[in-house]
Amino acid sequence: MAAKFNQNDDSVVVIVGSGAGGGTLGNELAQKGINVVVLEAGERHEFSDFVNDEWASFTQLAWKDARTTSGSWRVSKNFPTLPAWIVKAVGGSTTHWAGASLRFQEHEFKTATSYGRIPGANLLDWPITLAELEPYYARAEEKMGVTRTGNRPGLPGNNNFKIMKAGADKLGYKECHTGNMAINSVERDDRNSCQQTGFCFQGCKWGAKWSTLYTEIPKGEATGKMEVRPQSHVAHIEHDASGKVTGVVYFDKDGKEQRQKARVVAVAGNSIESPRLLLNSASSKFQDGLANSSGQVGRNYMRHMTGSVYAVFDKPVHMYRGTTMAGIVRDESRLDPKRGFVGGYEMETLSLGLPFMAAFLDPGGWGREFTSALDGYSNMAGMWLVGEDLPQETNRVTLSSVKDQYGLPVADVHFDDHANDIAMRDHAYKQGAALYDAVGATRSFPTPPYPSTHNLGTNRMSANPRDGVVNKWGQTHDVKNLFVSDGSQFTSGGAENPTLTIVSLAIRQAEYIADQMKTKTI
Amino acid sequence: MSGDNGRHARRHGAVSRRAFLRRSSEISFAAAVTVTAGGALLNASEAWALDVKGLQPQTMKTLILVARDIYPHDKVPDRFYAIAMKSYDEKAAADPATKTQVESFIAGLDGAAGKGGYAGLGWESQRVALLRAVSNSPMFEAIRSGLVVSLYNQPEVWPIFGYEGESYSKGGYIKRGFDDIDWI
Repeated sequence: MAAKFNQNDDSVVVIVGSGAGGGTLGNELAQKGINVVVLEAGERHEFSDFVNDEWASFTQLAWKDARTTSGSWRVSKNFPTLPAWIVKAVGGSTTHWAGASLRFQEHEFKTATSYGRIPGANLLDWPITLAELEPYYARAEEKMGVTRTGNRPGLPGNNNFKIMKAGADKLGYKECHTGNMAINSVERDDRNSCQQTGFCFQGCKWGAKWSTLYTEIPKGEATGKMEVRPQSHVAHIEHDASGKVTGVVYFDKDGKEQRQKARVVAVAGNSIESPRLLLNSASSKFQDGLANSSGQVGRNYMRHMTGSVYAVFDKPVHMYRGTTMAGIVRDESRLDPKRGFVGGYEMETLSLGLPFMAAFLDPGGWGREFTSALDGYSNMAGMWLVGEDLPQETNRVTLSSVKDQYGLPVADVHFDDHANDIAMRDHAYKQGAALYDAVGATRSFPTPPYPSTHNLGTNRMSANPRDGVVNKWGQTHDVKNLFVSDGSQFTSGGAENPTLTIVSLAIRQAEYIADQMKTKTI
Repeated sequence: MSGDNGRHARRHGAVSRRAFLRRSSEISFAAAVTVTAGGALLNASEAWALDVKGLQPQTMKTLILVARDIYPHDKVPDRFYAIAMKSYDEKAAADPATKTQVESFIAGLDGAAGKGGYAGLGWESQRVALLRAVSNSPMFEAIRSGLVVSLYNQPEVWPIFGYEGESYSKGGYIKRGFDDIDWI
């Protein structure tokens, strides 16, 4: 029997967002007997509703509410109102993600110590270590069914992977396999195994890829303690005179203002909406935004050093067939400043369908140089380069002068590459091209970063309240019953895709919140 | 698209494999696409015709060629570019301001081309040079960015590039060659 809580019930935990952070936190708390209301701005589409069509799926799932961009990044030039490709739907970006589930490396929790002082970079060590997070990584891998962890077999290699592996062998790379993927290689957890369909980014119609939509959320709902309210767009968070949060104001599907009271609020709207929500919750007591005494809310926005390399061969590849990202070379993710940059990067197989290849291979490009590349589409292989970009205070989410459909200031995302990001990307493009050259590519194309699918850092963890927004539990320094539960907590981006770390932090945070509630501290 | 020439009529859904044949390099676009007495565009060898409602037929013809010159694929028949640009004719029919914008954009290209107009220039490089000269204009950018979807998101264009499209209803690729590469 699905739960339904009264809007005046101030005993509930309210979670904003239902993705990797919010969906997991909700279920973990519900399993512990705590009443939870998850407010999700988007609609609820079940996995049978997903469509194997890139533009139609984008229309169905993507966040398209207004945002603005600024700064020198190319995304701002080519896609000025689309800084990010993330999801507005129940399940959040776990509906769209590729499933890559990698643990951070030990030094990535201590980047200030490990990298030293770097001009322009606002480096800071996390207030937690890899050792502290390891038990939670293990639980997350078990929860999500991550391949090549536990006793779970790896996925088979598709054509795109086979080319990556052959090239990796030629270059002497030692760690190349079909990835640690939260995608069932065998039937598991009452869900199908992967059928190599090739539309991972459009939502897995088999349910083989882990998504909170059809795992955490129904499990939480089955306890009778978790209510998910879709089309509930949270506008601001309210607090009392002492600074304790008391609830949230949200707009329902008819655009009417509603209020949900709360004992605890956890913000998990991904790294653009979460700081925006805190900034829009400014009051006379919190003039710079809720929980923003440090001034760091919105700052240190990271989107990973990314880029892609696509290469054309003189025989067919059909790279779009099969699991999009089940292929990785990990050798370059090491810390090795001799290469000319700190931090490292992963090389992961990637494919786009023809419609998105036309849009993203060379945004703005036209003429024969562009079309002759597309003509080689069925002979193309591709990889995505994802590496650590450095936090800069000036890379930030602020409130724009543009207002949304509710009259609220939208987020502006400002970004400039750091010199380290550029050096890393150039190295990665060269290595990717070299890998494909080694196995006979006739042409290769360095492809610029897409609208960001990894968005991090804008409410970061810190030991000292002046350096960040939340403590080691994701609890805001300023307000004890206010938490952040998404990737905006990240103090560094690491080289790894963020979802496994977000889920691990949520499992751990649930224990802390439950304990704090039990002892009536919050 | 309607087929209004009885001898070459084809229903949209029943296009034969001839439609996928490369347009003969012997026939220039100017000759391949003709304007009928009724003011429609006709491509006899590809077997399609297009009623033109809002724009001058010659303007629509040139617009289709502009689309091909922006995103030239020799193995993609003209009809896909015609389909991609159809909405300009529809918008021009509904809105006089759009009609003026499009007509004057094409008139500008025709003027820069000299005698014979844009479509009369025989070499792609000559035409592309004229497009480059206007590539910073809002109209060019609107056409270019619109084509990214209107050309490449036509499901019937996908097989020309070897993209197989929707997969779930066919059981994914697990039994349809996801790992069938045999040359690496």
